[in-house]
Amino acid sequence: MKRRRIADRGVRVLFSVNAVLAAAVLLGILIFLLAYGIRAFIPAGAVDPEDPSTQPLTLGGFLFGASWNPDAYGQPEYGIVPLLLGSLITTVLALLIAIPMGIAGAVFIAERLRGGVRVAVKMAVELFAGFPSVVIGFFGLLVLGPALARVFNVPSGLNVLNASVLLALMSLPTIISVSDDALRVVPHSYREAAYALGASPWTTAIRVILPAARSGILAAVMLGFGRAVGETMAVLMVAGNAPIIPRSLFDPVRTITTTIAIELGESAFNSIHFFALFALGFILFLIALFTNLIAEALIRREKRSFTL
Amino acid sequence: MSPEGSVNSPAKLATKNLSVFYGSFQAVIDVGIEFPACAITAIIGPSGCGKSTLLRSLNRMNELIEGAKIRGEILLDGKNIYQLNVLELRKRVGMVFQRPNAFPLSVFDNIAYGPRVHGINRRQKLTEIVERSLKAVRLWDELKDRLDQNALGLTDEQRQRLCIARMLAVEPEVLLLDEPCSALDPIATLHIEDLLRQLKEKYTIVIVTHNMQQAARVSDFTGFMLLGKLIEFGTTSQIFTRPQHPETENYISGRFG
Ligand SMILES: Nc1ncnc2c1ncn2[C@@H]1O[C@H](COP(=O)(O)OP(=O)(O)OP(=O)(O)O)[C@@H](O)[C@H]1O
Ligand SMILES: [Mg+2]
Repeated sequence: MKRRRIADRGVRVLFSVNAVLAAAVLLGILIFLLAYGIRAFIPAGAVDPEDPSTQPLTLGGFLFGASWNPDAYGQPEYGIVPLLLGSLITTVLALLIAIPMGIAGAVFIAERLRGGVRVAVKMAVELFAGFPSVVIGFFGLLVLGPALARVFNVPSGLNVLNASVLLALMSLPTIISVSDDALRVVPHSYREAAYALGASPWTTAIRVILPAARSGILAAVMLGFGRAVGETMAVLMVAGNAPIIPRSLFDPVRTITTTIAIELGESAFNSIHFFALFALGFILFLIALFTNLIAEALIRREKRSFTL
Repeated sequence: MSPEGSVNSPAKLATKNLSVFYGSFQAVIDVGIEFPACAITAIIGPSGCGKSTLLRSLNRMNELIEGAKIRGEILLDGKNIYQLNVLELRKRVGMVFQRPNAFPLSVFDNIAYGPRVHGINRRQKLTEIVERSLKAVRLWDELKDRLDQNALGLTDEQRQRLCIARMLAVEPEVLLLDEPCSALDPIATLHIEDLLRQLKEKYTIVIVTHNMQQAARVSDFTGFMLLGKLIEFGTTSQIFTRPQHPETENYISGRFG
């Protein structure tokens, strides 16, 4: 009895320590990004009135500036709007492709597959979720890019469309896997009730199971969003990377993540440019944090509503 | 009242040499039973004797269980149910489960679910069906102002009635009920039994029950099952007053099960 209680305590302490550690690391990253990012906005040491590259940025100019051009001779510009839009456009397009396919896939796995086949397919999907993004980038660069260029008769296949399709591919496993989990916690009695009324498996899935699992599926979508918005390498390889606001699917595009990856190495250490990239990272962190928080909350609500 | 002794009303639903297997385990053994039209037939027997399995075979719900197989014949109006489209069969042979399994939807959408699945989408028609179905289970007065409330917020009895109404909404001919009152209190149980007595005017009803008083109170015919076999079938009064088999008598008098 007593030994059991001590073991209980031990496990609880272990878990608490882990949770605190995870939170501390997260907080540490946040503070680190903030501490560096903020220095882009405050004059640090010598401001040379002759050299525009030492002028601190204004918050308004950073958040609402329509041009990102740190290398411009004379007046470098640090407006994140094109990058933010680049991230959002590619991510939203990716989700437009991945959500319907992902939900359909999850319904298929959860409702139509059984036993060993189910387990195998699910494992394959989860394996694909951890696929190295460089490899997917190669696929976009060497296969999808040329194909898009030929099919749509455009000069380059490295554009918004290519990046979005790759992001869709990469968020698909997450969406399928988490949606499948959400579908599986829907009580079996709902399926029975629907079948007993003469509903086909697909009608049952669409009219009963999906609505019952909607918050879990929403969470899956949010996680897919997080995956897509944070992806760097594959996008870097296929997006063309011109920091402009794209006007069509066939324009090149530059996202927040790729900007950091491209420019961090070439910016002078502790320059305004250098700190501005940390500020970008901070924005990205906020986006990812909020989508994950929302997803967590939705998943928790889902679990609660079925343990009556 | 049921005709004493003989069972010669026309059979709405019947099984012939029906066996049901779970893998290699045989849960129902060579059962031949006829369910007379517009009457209530109760299936009684100790736990695990195959009552639910038999019932679930009648609308092919049992085949949703992995590894379940059947042998023999099931006839609806004399026609083998495997010659019917399974969705059509389940529309004609409705089912109510042990635990009220209302959908997490509004009262209205719960009842409209079946009709919608079968292609009825006009709002006015659906409203009519919802009203008629709720009236049939005597829930209309209680719920007519709460049709858009989530059905999960209703009481157990209301939810079980709602499940019956939901089944009636697709206009079935046969009602299968698997221990429909086991999650309800005694008063609610009596209410549901009243309801069943009314419904038998129009429907052929099969009820599985653990509760022998309930079988005696509500049914016209009774079948007694033991270890997968149908031991005895007859009018309820005959089974309860003059059982032909010693096993039946033992069970009725409470000596086992
Ligand atoms: N899915 C299944 N897989 C394997 N065996 C099963 C399955 N369902 C039921 N059985 C077995 O089949 C037999 C009959 O089960 P069934 O549920 O039909 O009995 P029942 O008479 O309805 O019992 P109860 O009164 O407890 O509901 C039991 O021995 C049971 O263990
Ligand atoms: Mg049972």
